[in-house]
Amino acid sequence: MVKTHVTMTVNGEAAELLCDTRATLLDVLRDELDLTGSKEGCSSGDCGACSVMLDDRLVCSCLVLGAEAEGCAIETIEGMADDDRLHPLQQTFLEEAALQCGICTPGFLVAAKALLDRHPDPTETEVRYWLAGNLCRCTGYDKIVRAVMLTAADMRGEPR
Amino acid sequence: MTTNGNGSTQGNGLKWVGKRTIRPDGVDKVTGRAQFGADFTLPGMIVGQVLRSPHAHANIRSIKTDKAEALPGVKAVVTSADFPELPSTFEAAGEVMLNFRDMSCNVLARKKVLYHGHAVAAVAATSVAVADQALALIEVDYEILPHVIDVIEAMAPDAPLLHDDMFTIGVEPTPDKPSNIAKRVEYGLGDIEAGFKAADVVVEREFTTKAVHQGYIEPHAAVATASEDGQCHIWCSTQGQFVVRAYVSKLLGLEISQLRVTPSEIGGGFGGKTVVYLEPLALALSLKCHRPVKMVMSREEVFQASGPTSGAHVWVKVGATKDGRITAAEAVLKYQAGAVQGSPIMPGCMCAFAPYDLENVKVVGFDVVSNRPKVAAYRAPGAPISEFGVECVIDEVANKIGMDAIAFREKNAAREGTHAAYGPRFGPVGYTETLRVAKEHPHYHAPLGPNQGRGVASGFWFNIGGDSSAALHINEDGTATVISGCPDIGGSRASLVIMAAEILGIDVDRVRPIIADTSSIGYSFLTGGSRVTFATGMAVIQAAEDVVRQLRERAAMIWEIDVEAVVWENGEARPSGSNAGEFDPLSLGDIAAKAGKTGGPINGHASLNAQGAGPAFGTHICDVEVDKETGRVTVLRYTAVQDAGKAIHPSYVEGQIQGGAVQGIGWALNEEYIYDEKGRLENAGFLDYRIPVASDMPMIDAVIVEVPNPKHPFGVRGVGEVPLCPPMAAVANAVAAATGLRMADLPISPPKLLEAIDNGL
Repeated sequence: MVKTHVTMTVNGEAAELLCDTRATLLDVLRDELDLTGSKEGCSSGDCGACSVMLDDRLVCSCLVLGAEAEGCAIETIEGMADDDRLHPLQQTFLEEAALQCGICTPGFLVAAKALLDRHPDPTETEVRYWLAGNLCRCTGYDKIVRAVMLTAADMRGEPR
Repeated sequence: MTTNGNGSTQGNGLKWVGKRTIRPDGVDKVTGRAQFGADFTLPGMIVGQVLRSPHAHANIRSIKTDKAEALPGVKAVVTSADFPELPSTFEAAGEVMLNFRDMSCNVLARKKVLYHGHAVAAVAATSVAVADQALALIEVDYEILPHVIDVIEAMAPDAPLLHDDMFTIGVEPTPDKPSNIAKRVEYGLGDIEAGFKAADVVVEREFTTKAVHQGYIEPHAAVATASEDGQCHIWCSTQGQFVVRAYVSKLLGLEISQLRVTPSEIGGGFGGKTVVYLEPLALALSLKCHRPVKMVMSREEVFQASGPTSGAHVWVKVGATKDGRITAAEAVLKYQAGAVQGSPIMPGCMCAFAPYDLENVKVVGFDVVSNRPKVAAYRAPGAPISEFGVECVIDEVANKIGMDAIAFREKNAAREGTHAAYGPRFGPVGYTETLRVAKEHPHYHAPLGPNQGRGVASGFWFNIGGDSSAALHINEDGTATVISGCPDIGGSRASLVIMAAEILGIDVDRVRPIIADTSSIGYSFLTGGSRVTFATGMAVIQAAEDVVRQLRERAAMIWEIDVEAVVWENGEARPSGSNAGEFDPLSLGDIAAKAGKTGGPINGHASLNAQGAGPAFGTHICDVEVDKETGRVTVLRYTAVQDAGKAIHPSYVEGQIQGGAVQGIGWALNEEYIYDEKGRLENAGFLDYRIPVASDMPMIDAVIVEVPNPKHPFGVRGVGEVPLCPPMAAVANAVAAATGLRMADLPISPPKLLEAIDNGL
C-alpha cells in the first residue's frame, strides 16, 4: 500500500502524517488526526456534512484527497471556537435551536462561517443558496437560516 | 390557546416548562465533540463490510467463503449459516409487529436474495481495503428468478412469488395458494352503502405514492465486541438501545444479560433506526474473531438496504350532502412491505379518516411483499400515505359543494367524544382548534398571484406511551443528574431536564441529563411514536417526585417534625405552616450536604408503562407557484398548525413541525425510489434521490396550539409524527388550485406535471 508523506496545518497546528494515497482528506481528519467533528454522510459531495476550509476555500473534505492537502491550511469545526468562547454562529445556533440531531451541524457552521467571512450582509435568498450544498433532514432549514441571518446582524453590530 | 412570542405560557405557575432553554447537549454538537455512530473506536478494532445482492430476486445455490477467509488480514466471515434459524412468530414492538424469522432473513439472506442490496455475507478484516478484497473473493452461485417491484403487479395471481409459504392472513377462508399478499385488514363503522345513498356529492379517486426514504444524514454505524466468556457490547446509532439488545440477542441466540448496548448520539432516524442491520453482523463477526468490529454503511447501502417507507396504491371515495356533512367514506389501501411482510398498513387504515366524525366508514388494507428493501417506520408510519389520498378527496368534495376547505373540515371534524372508526372514543383533542387557528391565520387570507394556488390539509397520529424508566440522582452539592434510556434524536434531553427542574424547583442548568446504556437504567422502549417527552418525561417527573418525597422526609428528620408538616416549594423544604414550627428553609443543597447523616444518598427512580398518550392533529396551509413551461412547483409560503398538548420546549416542538413539513414537501415533489427493468435501485445517492435543500424552501411558520392531554402532568401529547401527515395533500391541493389539475401520483415532479399541463390545458 503506497503512502505519501503529507504535512499540513490543521486549526493552526502543524500536522505530519503518512497518508494512504487513496485516503480522502475526510479520512485523514477523522481516522489519522481524530478530528471526528467532520462527518461522512454520503462520500460523494452531496450532503456537506464534511465541510471544511482548505486554504480559505470551502470544500467537501470527502472530495479532496489527503495527499492533495500537502502544504495547505485546514480549518475544521474543532477550530471554530476561540478557547472557551464559542463563535457567534455556534452561540446563535444554540439559542435559536438551529439543530436537532446535530449530525449536519458542523458542516452548516463551517459553511455559514465561510459565507459571513466573505459576505457579512447576505439576504435570506443568498443564505439559502450558499447553504444549498448542506443537507439537513431534521429542521426544514427554517431555524438554521434564521440563526445565520441573526448572527450576521449581530456581527454587523445591529441591535436585535 | 397559542403560545406567545417567546413560547412561555404566562401566569400558569410554571418556571421552566414552556421556556426556550439552551439544550444541555448543545455545546458538544456545535463544536464537533459529540460522538455519533461512526465516531466511536476501540483498541484493536477491525472493520466489517457487507456483500450485497446484485440481483432483485434469486435463489442462492451456494456461498463459498474459503478464498476470502484465506486472504491475509481477514479475521472472520459470516453468512446466514452462522445465525440460528428462527420460527415465524409475531411479537408486538411499539407501533409495529415483528417477525424474527423475517428479521433474520433481512439481516442476512437465507436461501434466497429478495432485493437488490440484500445482505448475503459479511467480512471482518484489518482494513477496509482488505475487507473489500475479501468480499470480491466470496463466490455466490445465484439462480436468478423473475422479480416484481410494483405493488399492483405483485398482487396479480401470476406474479413472481417471493415466499412459497405466505398465505394471506385476514381472509376467510385462508387461501390454499400462496401469494405476495401477506395480510388483509378492515376497519369500519355503520352502513357504507346507505351512507353513499344519502350523499348529494360523491368523489372517488385513485392515488399512488412512491417508496421514500427517511433520509437521515448519518448512515447506520455500529461497533461490536465479544469477549471469550461470551459477554458482548455494542455501541451504535439507534433509536432504541433496548430494542437493539432484544433483537440482536434473539437473532444470535444470546441471553439478554450477555449483551450490553450503548447508544451513540444519533444523526437522525425518523423511524428508520428502530430496526437492526449492521449490529447483529458486527457482533456475529466479533463472536468469531473476538476483536472489536466496526461497521458503517455507505450512503448507497443506506438507500439500497435500509428502510424506506411503503410506496402504495390508494383508492378513496367520500360522499357528502350539499350542506357539507360527510355521509360515507371508504378507502382501499395497498402498501408495499418490501421483501418481507410488515408494511404499516394497519396504522395506515386506522388513521385514514381519523380526523373526521363519521357514521359510515370502511377501510380495507393489504400488506404486499415485493422485491424491495423491507420497509421501516417513517414518522407516523403508514398514516401520511392514506391521509394524502383522503385529504385530496376531502378537498375535491369541498370544492364540489362550494364550501371553504377549512369550513368543510370544521363541520366534520373529530372532537371529544367522537367514535373513531378504528375503535376508541376521543378524549379532549385539538383538531378543531388547529382548524380555527389556520382559518384565522393571515396566511389563509393573503392574496395570490397568477399560476399560484393555496392548499389545505390536515393530519392525525395516535402518539404512543409504553415502557420507560428514569432515575434522578441528587449530587452532594445539590445539583442533579437525570438518567434515562431513550436516545435524544431532536432535543429530548432539553425537555427532560426542564420537567425535572420544574418538579425539583431548581435552575434547569443544575440538572444534567445522561442517556444510559442498557445495563445502567431500567428497560425503556425506543425513541419513536412521539413518546419520549410524554412517556419518558412521565418517568422523569415521577423520579423527581420520588426525590421530593425523600427531601421532605430528610427535612422532617433534621427538624424532628412530621413529614406531613413539610412542603417543598421553589427548591426548598419549608414548614407547612406556623403549627409545624419555626425553621429556616432547607435548600436542595443543604439537604444534599447532610444526606449521609440522614439516611444516605438521595436518588429517585421510576419505571412505568405510560398510558393515555394524547392523539394529535395538525392543519397545514401551503401556497405554491407552478411554472407552466417547466412543470416545476415552488413552495412560496407554508404554515403548519399543530396541537402539541403542551410544548415543554417550544423551539424543539416548532423544529419537529418544520422538519416534518419539509420532509413531506420532499415526498410530495421530489423523492422516489426508481428501479430499472432488472429491479435494481437506480438512484441510491443524494444526488439522484433529491431531498429538499435550503434554497428549495421558504420559512415554515409553525404555530403551536395547546389543548392539554389530561393524562400527562404537564399536558404533553407528543409532536414528532403528525407533521408528516398533511404536507403531501396540502401541496397537491395547492397545485390543483393553481392549475385545475388533480395530481394523484406522487411525486409531483416537473416532467409529470408538465405532461399533465400539456395534456390538460
